[in-house]
Amino acid sequence: MELSERAEEALEELWLAEERGESFASADAEPAVAELAAAGLVQRREDSVSLTPVGRAEARAVTRRHRLAERLLADVLDVRPAAVESVACRFEHVLARGIDDKVCALLGHPKSCPHGLPIPPGPCCEDNEHSPVRLVASLAEMEPGEQGRIAYLHPRERATLDKLMAMGAVPGAAITLTQRFPSFVLQVGQTQVAVDSDIASSIYVRLAGSAPPRRRRRWGRLQRG
Amino acid sequence: MSTEAPTEPRTRVHYPAPIEAAIARLIPLLHGEYGLSARAVALLLLQGDAEVERLVRAQEGERAAAIAGVVAEIEPAFSGPLSYVIGLARQAAADRIAGRTASPPTRTRGGFAEWLGRAMMRPLTGLPILLIVIYFGLYQFVGVFGAGTLVNLLEGTLFDKHINPWVTAAVTRVLPWPVANSLFVGEYGLFTMGLKYAVAIILPIVTTFFLVFAIIEDTGYLPRLALLTDRVLKRVGLSGRAVIPMVLGFGCDTMATMVTRVLETTRERVIATLLLALAIPCSAQLGVILALLAGWPAGLAIWAGVVGLVFLLVGYLAAKLMPGQPASFYIEIPPLRWPAPANVLVKTYTRLEWYLAEVLPLFLFASVLIWVGQLTHVFQWAVTVFTYPVQWIGLPRPAAVAFLFGFFRRDYGAAGLYDLAQSGGLTPPQLLVAMVTLTLFLPCVAQLLMMSKERGWRTALAMAAFIVPFAFGVGFALNATLRLLRI
Repeated sequence: MELSERAEEALEELWLAEERGESFASADAEPAVAELAAAGLVQRREDSVSLTPVGRAEARAVTRRHRLAERLLADVLDVRPAAVESVACRFEHVLARGIDDKVCALLGHPKSCPHGLPIPPGPCCEDNEHSPVRLVASLAEMEPGEQGRIAYLHPRERATLDKLMAMGAVPGAAITLTQRFPSFVLQVGQTQVAVDSDIASSIYVRLAGSAPPRRRRRWGRLQRG
Repeated sequence: MSTEAPTEPRTRVHYPAPIEAAIARLIPLLHGEYGLSARAVALLLLQGDAEVERLVRAQEGERAAAIAGVVAEIEPAFSGPLSYVIGLARQAAADRIAGRTASPPTRTRGGFAEWLGRAMMRPLTGLPILLIVIYFGLYQFVGVFGAGTLVNLLEGTLFDKHINPWVTAAVTRVLPWPVANSLFVGEYGLFTMGLKYAVAIILPIVTTFFLVFAIIEDTGYLPRLALLTDRVLKRVGLSGRAVIPMVLGFGCDTMATMVTRVLETTRERVIATLLLALAIPCSAQLGVILALLAGWPAGLAIWAGVVGLVFLLVGYLAAKLMPGQPASFYIEIPPLRWPAPANVLVKTYTRLEWYLAEVLPLFLFASVLIWVGQLTHVFQWAVTVFTYPVQWIGLPRPAAVAFLFGFFRRDYGAAGLYDLAQSGGLTPPQLLVAMVTLTLFLPCVAQLLMMSKERGWRTALAMAAFIVPFAFGVGFALNATLRLLRI
């Protein structure tokens, strides 16, 4: 459905409020809220506004586009961190339905935005679709010989972050994958390190000279779903 | 260098503005004595260092709440944990310094070392290399030279021919009563058995093993072995890092149990301790078993196969049953290099020193236990108890003594079985069953005590309670299978 930009912003705020467990009450957003209520996406209750199921799905999609946009700007287009937020706000409205999935695949299905907030996954993430051109991929998805610079880290646990830092695997570091089996062996700067697939899937690399991924048989789980 | 007071360091790491601001607010609040600069303490607080937090709480009194408040305030300003942000800033500073002062090597290390290093990391070439290392390092050097030549020299010539008779004579002169002198120079005396065992038999074997281990360690082979074995070890709830205590276990299980400290999680440590106690034979045992079954390769293969199977099966089940996070694996792979003789000698010496201080007294203690046990007839009673499971797995009654001894002296137990076999008391299949059961049986007294120390006596007791019936259970199954197939 076609919503005004203001209404989409309001949906995002509602989603964020739900994520944080706060209630949404904003008088400035009145016209937007009115529009959403008319479209059946929110319902008013006493002094707070909450999403209807349909509204929640729509808010999810809007948030997804926004955070994907942030990732694209930060990781690939190298926009300054201060500017990412404001540019993404306008960029997201351009990412119409369908294109967001393509951007998601391009970025290797990122799980979180640069601020650390989760990106609601889309159908492309479940199927783990490969785009014909990959710009960002997790180490677990790379082929031996591929190299690039680490774009960001998405570890499952905080402790892994310290380990990765100790290895020198920090955003911006040059990294090459030398081996996949039986363990992942990578070269970070002058250091050679071996890790298992769990840690390998925490490291997201901006590939240098993007080559299309070869069709590869999956030996068990490669990437956490 | 001048002796004036230290000035501001020339190279200072600059952190993002919110962090610098927080540091500026924290410094005036820190009045206590820490042995560190206030800036260092502030940074540690921001990184969430538990130790420093405790010190600050103890020393700052009412300011502690304000301090905690400052830390809590700036946390949400960043998308990652503060320790990460601070780490990144330091990394950037380090990169800058390195960029100004060092240049990367223009030519990547090529040559044989590189090729060999890579060969060690691929399964196809890595496994043959492992077998070669095992054959030359373990079998030839530790087994044939250490357990054979050196032990014969020390035990046969030095102790049996020279030291023991002299000491026996001296002690019997001072303490003519059999009860007293049997403690020192009797059949299981402190000196004749305890000390002789530790110095003449275990020491040379363990020394040769530590020597080989230090050489392998110094070359940088172990991390490569770790990455080869990670997937297999993951199935038994461990990670590639566990290869270090496991390999050490083939030398001395007691030391390996202590080394399980390098493993990250308690879950890993418990599983590793269990597997070490159950299925990893130490060098003393290995020596005797190899000597005994050397003439019967099929028997050796069956022994290795059964023990290996037990390792995987019990490990797999333990991994399923034990709660906790699966282990993660990461290890730095250093370049392959020639071992430095000085390093090797220092490492061997350090381990030996530890061994003499920690393990030797335990074997002396074992002698005392046996002496007490014999005096009070507890020993004989224990032997009688053992005859039941021993017969149940198809062995003759005299084999019971060997098992009881296996607890105090692993190789004595095996040697006892050897004597029995030689005198015709054991058929080859029976010998095989006995060997397998003895390998799986309770760890030696030193190891059991180390297990209690490392994992707590409750866990150690639980493991022992599992191991004993399990070992005999496997013996029973093997006996039944052999009977079925051979007759």
